[in-house]
Amino acid sequence: MTFVNAVLQGIFLGAFYAVLACGLSIMFGVMRIINLAHGDIAVLGAYVVFFIVEHTGVSAFVAFAVALPVMILLGYVLQLTVLERSLKAGILTPLLATFGLSIVIQNLLQLTFSPDVHSLGSSAGLITTSSWQVTSGLSVSALGMVILVVAVVVFGALQLFLSRTRAGWMMRATAEDADAAELVGIDSRAVYARATAIAVAIAALGGLFLGIRSVFGPLSGPTQLIFAFEAVVIGGMGSLWGTLLGGLALGVAQTLGAQIHPQFAVMAGHLLFLAVLIVRFGGGRVVLRTGR
Amino acid sequence: MKVQRWTPMSKIFTGGTVVAALLLASVPLVFDPDVVQKLTTLLILMLLAVMWNALAGYGGLLSVGQQAFIGIGAYGTVFFADQGVSPYVAMLLATLLAGLISVPISLFALRLRAAQFAIGMWVIAEVISIIVRLDQNLGAGTGISLIQLNQYEPNFRQAYTFWLALAFAVIFLAALFFLLRSPLGASLQAIRDDEDAARSLGVRVVARKRLLFVLAGLGCGAAGVLIAANTLFIEPGSIFSVQWSAYMIFMVLVGGLGTFEGPILGAILLFAIQTTFTQGGPWYLVGLGATAALFALVLPRGLWGTVEERLGLRLLPVGYRVVKTKGEERAA
Repeated sequence: MTFVNAVLQGIFLGAFYAVLACGLSIMFGVMRIINLAHGDIAVLGAYVVFFIVEHTGVSAFVAFAVALPVMILLGYVLQLTVLERSLKAGILTPLLATFGLSIVIQNLLQLTFSPDVHSLGSSAGLITTSSWQVTSGLSVSALGMVILVVAVVVFGALQLFLSRTRAGWMMRATAEDADAAELVGIDSRAVYARATAIAVAIAALGGLFLGIRSVFGPLSGPTQLIFAFEAVVIGGMGSLWGTLLGGLALGVAQTLGAQIHPQFAVMAGHLLFLAVLIVRFGGGRVVLRTGR
Repeated sequence: MKVQRWTPMSKIFTGGTVVAALLLASVPLVFDPDVVQKLTTLLILMLLAVMWNALAGYGGLLSVGQQAFIGIGAYGTVFFADQGVSPYVAMLLATLLAGLISVPISLFALRLRAAQFAIGMWVIAEVISIIVRLDQNLGAGTGISLIQLNQYEPNFRQAYTFWLALAFAVIFLAALFFLLRSPLGASLQAIRDDEDAARSLGVRVVARKRLLFVLAGLGCGAAGVLIAANTLFIEPGSIFSVQWSAYMIFMVLVGGLGTFEGPILGAILLFAIQTTFTQGGPWYLVGLGATAALFALVLPRGLWGTVEERLGLRLLPVGYRVVKTKGEERAA
């Protein structure tokens, strides 16, 4: 029963990783770049929510609704100031630029909010404490269920967006071949900016869940980035639903690893990631695929 | 037209570098231990910058995980010294260990590209860090002292460490210098300029990259050894910190990615910044991160690359240049 419980908790944990990874996957799928500041942006989102909660006393979920437009705007600004420029300059430049950005965000957070860790758990209401005891060794936490449902909704909504809306078609066309998309009148700059805005918004959602699940500090970003990237790679780079599955697999690997030894949790995730890289490294062209 | 490697200026400067290295060797005899320790730090930064540039500048391999080898070098020193080996022999063994471990890692890591390689290396560094944390004999998460060095009188110890740092810096700089000037080096510079074109001309890209990867593994391992010897205490949180990668990226980007002289300049700049803003702190890191990002976006060739381009300077020549002979100039 402990095994089943570990797998179940792993799925809940993995749903959180999938949300974290979603934005990274979108940006890679559309622009072929990995934003090394992605984890720090998620943590920044948590801080924005925390700031609103501290000053108004509203619930973390209400605060997130207020924070969302701010984060979307930030996504546009990030694209127009840093990423657009770096896209034109070869494959290493986006990595270098976003790595620099990552250090800037971490230390600005440290300057603004002190190095202390915070949690959004207390401002999220009953959800953090309630759970259903299915049997003696198996419990389902309300928070885990919420994150899992939200994760599926987020990925489902993205699927619908990409397959049913005009903006989604434009995004897929640009992902497939930006130059050809330009030829038929698609403004790739606008598409890229929209993709980054969506990615940053979902990263902020990941930050919200991070804050509710546990604690976060100014330097929490890099760890979130690593987990997010592992989820993307395990699921297959460029595949949206793959990222959801990759997140779940990473979560399960970590909770199963923790069964062996508490310190082995993160290690098990790393090993799964490296194993996947060894099996399917490098190969072929990667484009944003949807489930159709 | 003729093809030229040396210019009078580069001859003077290369000679000057050799003289400077000899002069540096006398530093511990003249200056305070405090100065010696600071200059050791400069040499460590220089070594790190040159090695990171060898990977990224020539191999196109952007690693965010070189701290793996720094950690192996530092912990390897403690490990071998604990086995009863003389501490300075332990340092050499630890450097070799870092180089040795880089070989199997390269088999896997070199098949990855761009972000996969960058974060793949980072994860490898994390894995090694976790393994160290699990080992009680290495002090687990709390760190460990290199007590074996306490048998030496502090001033002598500081001098020995400095000489070792100087020796490592000279060896690795010279190795890279002669490597880049050899026929092998021509293929490395070809990979730097255009990997696909180099491959289509028959350059064995993966083998060349492996050479750089192992060299960088050895060099970063040597830097880790020196960090352990210079600070006498290491702990996994800081020795395996991604901050090392941040420093390396800063030095190389500001100095000049893919130039031989650039990283040396970058190391001197970072050292100057570190000694000016001694208290460090978040603002200093905000400045480093923002500067690195700006250089990547606006001045990708770095300070040295730009100077070199504008003035046609080659101080430590690793490439060739085409110059017009007198007759052609008159004809033009």
